[in-house]
Amino acid sequence: MLRFATRRVSFVLLTVFLSSVIIFSATQILPGDVAGVVLGRFASEEAKATLRHELGLDRPLVVQYGSWLGGFVQGDWGNSLSAKTEVRPLVFERLRASAVLAGVAFLFYVPTGILLGLIAALRRNTWVDQTISVGSLAFIGLPEFVSAVILISIFSIQLGWLPSQSTIDPGTGFVEAFPKLILPAITVALTSLAYIVRMTRSSTVDVLQTDYVRTANLKGLPPHRVLFTHVLRNSLLPTVTVVAIGVGWLLGGLIITESVFAYPGIGRLLLFAIQRRDLPLIQATALLIVLIYSFSNLIADVLYAVLNPRIRYT
Amino acid sequence: MAGAPTTSTAPVPVLEVDGLSIEYQTEQGVLKAVRDVSLVVNCHESFGIVGESGSGKSTLAMGAIRYLASNGRVTSGSVRLNGVELVGMSRRRLRSLWGSSIGVVYQSPLSSLNPSIQIGKQLAEVARLHLNMDRGAAMERAGEMLSKVTMPDPEAVIRRYPHQLSGGMLQRCVIAMALMTDPALLILDEPTTALDVTTQAVVLDLVADLKREFDSAIVYITHDLGVVTKICDRVGVMYAGEFAEQATLRDLFSHPLHPYTLDLLGCVPHFERSPQKRSLVTIPGSIPRLDELPHGCIFSPRCGFVEDACRAARPPLVDVDGRGHFSACRRWNIVPTPAEYRCETTEALTVAEEAPGQAASLVEIDNIETHFKGPTSGFWPGRRQHALIRAVDGVSLTVRRGQTLGVVGESGSGKTTIARAIIGLTPATSGEIRLADHTLEPATAKRQRNVLREIQMVFQNPDASLNPTRAVGDAISRPLVLLRGMGRNEADEKAKELLRAVSLPISYFERLPNELSGGEKQRVAIARAFAADPQLILCDEPISSLDVSVQGSLMNLLMQLQIEQRTSYVFISHDLSAVQHLSDTIAVVYVGRVMEVGDAIAVLTPPFHPYTEALVSAVPVADPDVKQNPIRLGGTVPSAMNVPTGCRFHPRCPRYLGDICRDQEPPWRHGEGAHRIYCHIPLEELTQLQADTLVLASEGTGG
Repeated sequence: MLRFATRRVSFVLLTVFLSSVIIFSATQILPGDVAGVVLGRFASEEAKATLRHELGLDRPLVVQYGSWLGGFVQGDWGNSLSAKTEVRPLVFERLRASAVLAGVAFLFYVPTGILLGLIAALRRNTWVDQTISVGSLAFIGLPEFVSAVILISIFSIQLGWLPSQSTIDPGTGFVEAFPKLILPAITVALTSLAYIVRMTRSSTVDVLQTDYVRTANLKGLPPHRVLFTHVLRNSLLPTVTVVAIGVGWLLGGLIITESVFAYPGIGRLLLFAIQRRDLPLIQATALLIVLIYSFSNLIADVLYAVLNPRIRYT
Repeated sequence: MAGAPTTSTAPVPVLEVDGLSIEYQTEQGVLKAVRDVSLVVNCHESFGIVGESGSGKSTLAMGAIRYLASNGRVTSGSVRLNGVELVGMSRRRLRSLWGSSIGVVYQSPLSSLNPSIQIGKQLAEVARLHLNMDRGAAMERAGEMLSKVTMPDPEAVIRRYPHQLSGGMLQRCVIAMALMTDPALLILDEPTTALDVTTQAVVLDLVADLKREFDSAIVYITHDLGVVTKICDRVGVMYAGEFAEQATLRDLFSHPLHPYTLDLLGCVPHFERSPQKRSLVTIPGSIPRLDELPHGCIFSPRCGFVEDACRAARPPLVDVDGRGHFSACRRWNIVPTPAEYRCETTEALTVAEEAPGQAASLVEIDNIETHFKGPTSGFWPGRRQHALIRAVDGVSLTVRRGQTLGVVGESGSGKTTIARAIIGLTPATSGEIRLADHTLEPATAKRQRNVLREIQMVFQNPDASLNPTRAVGDAISRPLVLLRGMGRNEADEKAKELLRAVSLPISYFERLPNELSGGEKQRVAIARAFAADPQLILCDEPISSLDVSVQGSLMNLLMQLQIEQRTSYVFISHDLSAVQHLSDTIAVVYVGRVMEVGDAIAVLTPPFHPYTEALVSAVPVADPDVKQNPIRLGGTVPSAMNVPTGCRFHPRCPRYLGDICRDQEPPWRHGEGAHRIYCHIPLEELTQLQADTLVLASEGTGG
């Protein structure tokens, strides 16, 4: 088990390292000159050169990369060029907001998805199953900006139940902010929800047809015990992977959803940073997203191994 | 013979099935899978249900305990378990019987246990549910049951997961689970079909012992007439959803009273000591579809004894001799004995001009090895250790012109890898293979086209080896075009000729493989192999996945084509009776090495290599009068990654001598002709030790 875990952790570290190289190179290729953006179009060449020197942009790329990564690891994420503040507190504040939104979405879609998937599997080939399956297929194909607009037009404009804008002032309590979270959370959750429904349904249908479920039935176990002891443990294994991959979808979805609802999260921050060519902010935010994504996959792998005795110690 | 009224104590009926009919609702309409079937099984009695696939044997058993797929239902009849009617019983009450009064053991032990729950917990679950035991007591009971089924180290097995145990051990776990509550009825559905012969023998012994120990009635479902003789007191032969015949084991085998039983018995090769071979009985046609059942007797279209009256009305299953021998044949009194029937309907096949050992050699396999890199160990890329898989580890064999070399051994013995090395699909890593004095390149890709043509292969699974999108005629004519340079039209003509040669209608030319039955597909595969006009055909378990009657007809086909074409075969199988029927010489392999090789008769009579002896003792012979040695192999075939030292068979050898077997490679002991045995025990001593070993031969049908 230890070897398995070390191996996976080293793969994750390798992934993160490679991503940091890619992020760094990509930000170098971004069009536009940082100094020009910061100082404005009419700044003198001399002033720009001074700024570049101050920011260390005139050093060789490898040195720049080394000092950036070193700083990132030590917690010195540099200063935002546009917001004129330190990057780290800014990113963490937004990250917290996004985490709240993601958390609400996660708590909504994981149990709902599993439940709907199970219901579809247990009632397979009935109208219940068909409704759930077709519905989830429709949601997979629907991009966030479309579903967001649909949700807003129904729940905010037509019914007037929920706000269409989710700008939340700092310091607002969770309870107070909650109504503003519902629509963006649902928007973010829909795609992942659909994937979870489909995965849970198909793996549960497979497991229900296995010989060992027949064995369990012929032991005389009541249906709920067959389901909980024998079916779920095996049928939810693939769902674990989908949930972890879903975290990636969630992050991607946040960027769009947060923009549509004007929600002050990390996605919107990243978009803001890109628009301003705010290199330190882009780099830090992007690398942070990579870290979150990689570690959620790692957790899924380890969880899968813990749940599935067959792949332990490999 | 608990069923016969002559026994002193009155038999206690446990399971009484009366006029049971079962239907499935399918897209093609209603299928009457089991029709008006009756049977009685008494306490301490085991009733064998024999039949080919589609005969309804599993449906009958599962329907009797009311466990059917959601589209299946019992339409009429009655099933009583200890006098209690099961038909019409509520699901809740049924559940209280399942697992307590009714235990079930299934075909594949690995898939019938939950992969993510420890064995002990799965067993204990039954005791907690039905015996109201707490966790501790239930676990204790699980341990006890595991030792009752002779599980080595039950305390450790309790904490294992299914994937950590071998097939034989798993099947013992499933049997232990079924017996946790001392059930009144134990249903065993092909419990040994997925196991090796040697493991099968151990499991069959176990079931026979348990039958005496437990107060259960046993229903044993199988397609294997050999297995039936080891376990059953009474046997019912099912055909297309009805019983053709029910009788005591001995009556059924010595004088069957239904032509279908007679045919089935004739399809199975007998152990014969004479080089004179006979063809096997074949049954014309195939099992009728359930939606197109023939009028009158359902077997009439395929029956050799049919007369017009048979087609008029369905004959009932009646006790024809008043002593419990039931037959559903109107003409039961003219059914001959199996021996007579075999003499009348089968023919002696032309003996090869030369004795097995004398024919000119075609293929010389000289000390070949196939070693692969195994999985890695170690973490850092540069310092990883590759385990070495020694799949074939020094094999020398000769295939003679126009003859068959049979290769037998348990799964994992390297049989298939030998064949793949000969044809070059898995190139040998050392050694030499010569075809008619021409040394072959190890890999297929490097071989010349005319060499490729000479060696063809028939694989085990015809479903996977025929391209599903390519018509039958196309599959056969392709080698004609590619390897024999024929034009399109010429190739098509020749392909039709080949279809005729393998007894398939010409209309099959345009068919796709999925429109054919398993046996028909295998005929196509054989036709395809012969299309290249090869000198050697490698048959890798070509009949193992097929029904008994289809196996028989394919063996006939292979033998007939061999006589006509003078083709040589390498016939690989785990089934010793099929191998002895087809082969002129036999090689017994174990973990990548030949243990014994020689003329078929020499290999199958003493002196044996101890491994051959164990195989011969374990093979289920379809003849209740044959007594076999109780030699059983423990353990499992070792991995080719971890070959034992000295003689690789020593850890399981029943005739283990001591350190010499463990430390030193044994010498080859040469017997008569080409017969040689790879063993530390001298031949004379082996002969002496095995003097009372049963000689596998049945009542001189050979002639």
